[in-house]
Amino acid sequence: MIELAYLTAGVLFIVGLKGLTSPRTARRGNRLAALGMLVAIIVVVVDMIGLDAKLAWGVAIAGIIVGGGIGAFLAIRVQMTDMPQLVAAFNGFGGGSSMLVAAAAVVASNAFIPTETAVTTALSLIIGAITLTGSFIAFGKLQGIVPSKQMFLPGGTATNGIIAAAAVVAAGYGIFADSPIGFWVATALALVLGITAVLPIGGADMPVVISLLNSFSGIAAAMAGFVINNQALIVGGALVGAAGLILTLEMAVAMNRSIPSILFSQFGGGATAEDIGTKPVNRATADDAAIALAYAEKVMIVPGYGLAVAQAQHAVKDLANALEERGIEVTYAIHPVAGRMPGHMNVLLAEADVSYDLLLDLEQANPKFSQTDVVLLVGANDVVNPSAKTDPDSPIYGMPILNVDDAKTTIVVKRSLSPGFAGIDNPLFYEDTTLMFFADAKQALEDALSAVEAL
Amino acid sequence: MSAEFIAGIVVFVLAAFVGFEIIAKVPRTLHTPLMSGANAISGITIVGAIIAAATGTGAVAAALGFLAVTFAMINVIGGFMVTDRMLEMFKKIPSKRT
Repeated sequence: MIELAYLTAGVLFIVGLKGLTSPRTARRGNRLAALGMLVAIIVVVVDMIGLDAKLAWGVAIAGIIVGGGIGAFLAIRVQMTDMPQLVAAFNGFGGGSSMLVAAAAVVASNAFIPTETAVTTALSLIIGAITLTGSFIAFGKLQGIVPSKQMFLPGGTATNGIIAAAAVVAAGYGIFADSPIGFWVATALALVLGITAVLPIGGADMPVVISLLNSFSGIAAAMAGFVINNQALIVGGALVGAAGLILTLEMAVAMNRSIPSILFSQFGGGATAEDIGTKPVNRATADDAAIALAYAEKVMIVPGYGLAVAQAQHAVKDLANALEERGIEVTYAIHPVAGRMPGHMNVLLAEADVSYDLLLDLEQANPKFSQTDVVLLVGANDVVNPSAKTDPDSPIYGMPILNVDDAKTTIVVKRSLSPGFAGIDNPLFYEDTTLMFFADAKQALEDALSAVEAL
Repeated sequence: MSAEFIAGIVVFVLAAFVGFEIIAKVPRTLHTPLMSGANAISGITIVGAIIAAATGTGAVAAALGFLAVTFAMINVIGGFMVTDRMLEMFKKIPSKRT
């Protein structure tokens, strides 16, 4: 009976995820998955209720209240622009919990565990530990507590390789010698590895890192499922592992980079300082931008991370409203790595009440640029850099980009000519058809709106 | 290997395939809620955490159990709530163009 009840939870997770395949059914899907979780929690409590251990129940209930309270507080308070760091933190808590479940199993058995279960125990400890500390470094970088630029550790990749190998050796000792010490050493090394592996990775690569840690949090949960022989954990963990892996691969394709190169290699820095800022550009004022926008028929808005930094999602929507009232067609083109996590820009624009059918992805948007009169680029840079198509020497050569250079006019809202995170100059800025509107994104959009309304 | 362990591997592999098939169909516009929602599902480790907390004996086990339940609950409650908050915002709005 208990097994069947857990199966119900697993089925609800799958049906819930299926709901996420369309924005219409997504909210119900998420609630079905939450219902599955409630079923699983009720089942485990019912299953355990016969145990006469009042102190231990107190511990569980205290954890539920404290953890639930913290989770609810964070979920209600977070700003949509800060979603990447919140998801990073949640990944870390999930991985950390799986690590602790495996640790409790080691303590309870004093490491006398059958070999196959011991292997999954070690995997749960190691993967959970990497997820815990790696996610908190990612959180720190996204929150600006930890420097987000690339860092170089002494010994570089080799150091991480040595730590990883040592963790495997220690885990092997724990598994075959039935030694708790082996498991603890492996866990400690994995906690260090999470820090040293994520610390060197630059801010622009965070979408890949968060996706991968998301996958890890699922795999750690599935491994913990083997440890306590529970199918609900195995199903739930496998689903999340698959989801994270798909997103990781998609992010890597969108950056035209392999996952190992993101995790283990250095990147960027192609442009030399004297290249940038010496060539002439077409400077534009708010009035110039307003005239170009107001007399267009089709406008495509291309948001980037700069929009999130400036909290300009509502300003962009206000401007779009004013243009639509003039009969102009306004759509949005969103590159897969435009934000700091997959789909981040879509959430910000949804927050500003942009209808989701106006949000075009790369494949939908690219054929439309040639019929677009004005592209309004807000805080995006590398994802529209034509060097990716034309310059084989460019570090981003081969990366799929939004072909905004096909449009009749491009207005670039940007603070300065400084290069993007890839550190590469952008030839788009020097095109005859490009207008450079140097300003803070939010201020620029508000000024352009006033100018449109004054026309 | 025990029959239980092999059954677990079967379930793991099948669930992973089902996951790949379904999640590959999630549109890009929903990738952030997908990630936070999936993240909440990984909080299923709460089941193991409650078992650990309820069956553990001694101070070390109690501390591990408490932390495991707390971490998992942050993940579960926070993940589902914030996903709901995001999905509430995704609307299809009739155009204002005249």
